[in-house]
Amino acid sequence: MIESIVSYGLALGAVYALIGITYNVMFAASRVFSFSAGAVGMLGGVFGALFIDRLGMPVVLGFLAVLAVGALIGIVTEIVTVRPVLKSLEQHLYVLSTLAFALMIQQLVAIEWSTEPQPFPRVLPFGPGIFDQQFWLPMLACGSTILGLELLYRHTLVGRAFLAISEDNYAARALGLPERELRLASFALAGAIGALAGFTGGEMMLAYFGNGPLLNFYGFVPVALGGMGSNRGAVAGGLALGLFQQSANFLVGGVFASVAVFVVFILVLLIRPEGLAGAAAARRV
Amino acid sequence: MRDTASAPALAAKAGGFARLEALLPVVVLAVGGSCLPLLGDSYLGVIATRACIYWVLVSGLNLVVGFAGQIAIGWVALLTLGAYVTSVLSAGTVMPELSPYLALAIATIAGAISGVIVGLPALRLRTFYFAMTTLGFATIVTQIALAWKSVTGGGVGVPGPVLPWPFASPWGFYYFCLAIAVICTWMTTNVAASRFGRALVAIRDAEVAAESVGISKPALLITVFVFSGAVAGLAGGLFASLQSYITPDAFTFDLSVLFFIAILIGGRGSVLGPLLGTIILTALPEFAAPLVAWSTFLYAALLLVIVLAVPGGIAEMLDYKNRRPLAQHREIRPRSELLSKLMTDNANPTVLALNNVALSFGGLRAIDGVDLLIHSGEVHGLIGPNGSGKTTILNVISGYYAPQAGQVRLNETALQPRAPHTRARHRIARTFQTPRLIGAASVLENVMIGGTIDGHGAFVESLLSLPRHCRDEALLREDAVAALTAVGLEQLAAVRSDRLQHSELRFVEIARALMLRPSFLLLDEPAAGLSVDEIKRLGALIVAISRRGTGVLLVEHHADLIFDICDRVTVLNLGKVLASGSPGEIRAHREVVNAYLGA
Repeated sequence: MIESIVSYGLALGAVYALIGITYNVMFAASRVFSFSAGAVGMLGGVFGALFIDRLGMPVVLGFLAVLAVGALIGIVTEIVTVRPVLKSLEQHLYVLSTLAFALMIQQLVAIEWSTEPQPFPRVLPFGPGIFDQQFWLPMLACGSTILGLELLYRHTLVGRAFLAISEDNYAARALGLPERELRLASFALAGAIGALAGFTGGEMMLAYFGNGPLLNFYGFVPVALGGMGSNRGAVAGGLALGLFQQSANFLVGGVFASVAVFVVFILVLLIRPEGLAGAAAARRV
Repeated sequence: MRDTASAPALAAKAGGFARLEALLPVVVLAVGGSCLPLLGDSYLGVIATRACIYWVLVSGLNLVVGFAGQIAIGWVALLTLGAYVTSVLSAGTVMPELSPYLALAIATIAGAISGVIVGLPALRLRTFYFAMTTLGFATIVTQIALAWKSVTGGGVGVPGPVLPWPFASPWGFYYFCLAIAVICTWMTTNVAASRFGRALVAIRDAEVAAESVGISKPALLITVFVFSGAVAGLAGGLFASLQSYITPDAFTFDLSVLFFIAILIGGRGSVLGPLLGTIILTALPEFAAPLVAWSTFLYAALLLVIVLAVPGGIAEMLDYKNRRPLAQHREIRPRSELLSKLMTDNANPTVLALNNVALSFGGLRAIDGVDLLIHSGEVHGLIGPNGSGKTTILNVISGYYAPQAGQVRLNETALQPRAPHTRARHRIARTFQTPRLIGAASVLENVMIGGTIDGHGAFVESLLSLPRHCRDEALLREDAVAALTAVGLEQLAAVRSDRLQHSELRFVEIARALMLRPSFLLLDEPAAGLSVDEIKRLGALIVAISRRGTGVLLVEHHADLIFDICDRVTVLNLGKVLASGSPGEIRAHREVVNAYLGA
């Protein structure tokens, strides 16, 4: 039982962490939290099943196509829901515009795909067991994403430009950085990461339109608790959340697991609104 | 010259008209709704009943989302709760059966309590966080309903309550729901036009200014969550009765989306708009059968369009008055002689004192051991180069920053640091460097917000439009007109304040500050962006205010204005007092001339 709690918990946690990173990458570029993070996660599973199972694409090709779809959704998110709102005075309208967009995606999937969970194909021809691919694939994806982002941010010029924009938008623009293009690129990257989460977690979570809000919430918990914009915080928080949820699931039952996660989430935020590892808010007057 | 005695009459007239107009949604709903059964279409009756029930919930949620601007997207949780409480109690599954009315009443109370629990995070968390917590609530309540089989019947469900005669028939039940919907409309209309409604909008659009006039966000939001939760619980009970059998499936997140979007489509800060929005969204899919599957998609698309294209919603489209062009080349002519209508002379000399106040932001010492004495009845100028700490001092006095050392005292009372909403009680008012007004509210309403703490009626009295509420409103309105007349903006009273020119906004802020009848008034660069003539008139107005016994602290860069009207001037440099004295002494001070004024 311990093994299945750990493997299942870590795998689920890795999916949450990846969605958390999706939030973070978008937030860093635009100071916007987007509800589309959960939506691209859900699409990762749905399109994986569509491309590989229904259309019979080779796994590698299907995988790349899923990432491309995710990136595309990211770009559309930026153009349709974020860019117009950043211009307006009331910036918190982004909550509404991204929510509307995520709901549209969800409803489209419900109508055009299915309202029932659909099976997700086996990606690699390895047998079942504790080291089943459905468990280590998300962890592998999470690890390589974190590594890739570190390399990108620390060792490439483009990555440093991303950092500059998230640190101080005005100063970065004054230096001549193409802020709009970089923001677009960030959203594309975020979309691909979200789709990766859905794809690698597909076997566990299935190709189901209702995964969107679920991933939205459980992906946001580690970000909120770990502190805004911190990818390491998101990974630590995500894995902890996954383990906690699975052990609660096995020991006391699913509903109480959800309630427990929720109560912890609310309590921590009420006590420390900036998250366990975050810094206090800046001046307002 | 215009007849000065007409100001109260003007206020009364505007008040009467505004009240009639505000009651429009109540009349529309009551008359339209009562006539509906004449059509004799029973299917229409079911839809109309559903619309009434949804509106009962939305009317309360409207205060949370539309007025206070809190993004509560999971309100279906409260509908679910109300439905289960009513059904379980009246079906007698866990205890002896209760009368459906009693069950409804208990559901209302349960809703009120849960409303506070769901809303509590809004007091601490920012928009997206709060949205997430309400979303979480919505998911969890359904999960509990599904899992707690012994009480809720799990996936099988429980029968809903059946109301006794005369509300047992479909049309009877319809009238019952319609009556509640009309009452809810009436109550929220009353709140919308009260100091509470204005304070909610102030929290939404100008939170910092709201604190400065003494609005306590936690207290106000909790009150509204209680009300909103109560009507949502009641709506849940009615919903269960309409469904006649409830299962967790009946409470999908789509419902929450409908409630939320109905408000935004209707327009924030309006009652009529969300009412129309609810009716449209409830009826739309029913009359276009092929659309049923697409309804949530369409709602979402509609929300996106509204947010991007018409943030004001239906209410903005209906707002014909604010499309009339305003007069060009308007001049602001304050009539400071009319201040006596608003303020009585403050005879007791009072002193606002800063003792050795210091505050640093990280490594930057913004103010470094500042002593300052401001006397009532005097204009005290505070000047200095950019970054010398002028605005920081203002923010320490008005409680936005806590000084790391030193104290702010009013006479002998130490003022509580980091508690801006307490300053209004001490009659300390302020304006802001960039005017902080509610763009969507009229100029008059913006000014009335300044007097929020002088109202005596409680929220419930406003809800029911009891005499004390009406007295408060009449008084606030009269004072606001007097304040606007004194600063010279009474012609613009009914105009949305986001249509005003920058200079006019500055005077509106002063009028709002005057509503407190301040014993100390802090002005943060009031002359910035004003023309030469306007600065002269502003100076005369400030002097007149101070001669009524108010101590004025004037932060300003216009040296002419400072030296013309100040009784005392303090010069700051690098967070320290460089010099303090009469305008004549300061002008001759060597270091001041070197550091700031120039030769």
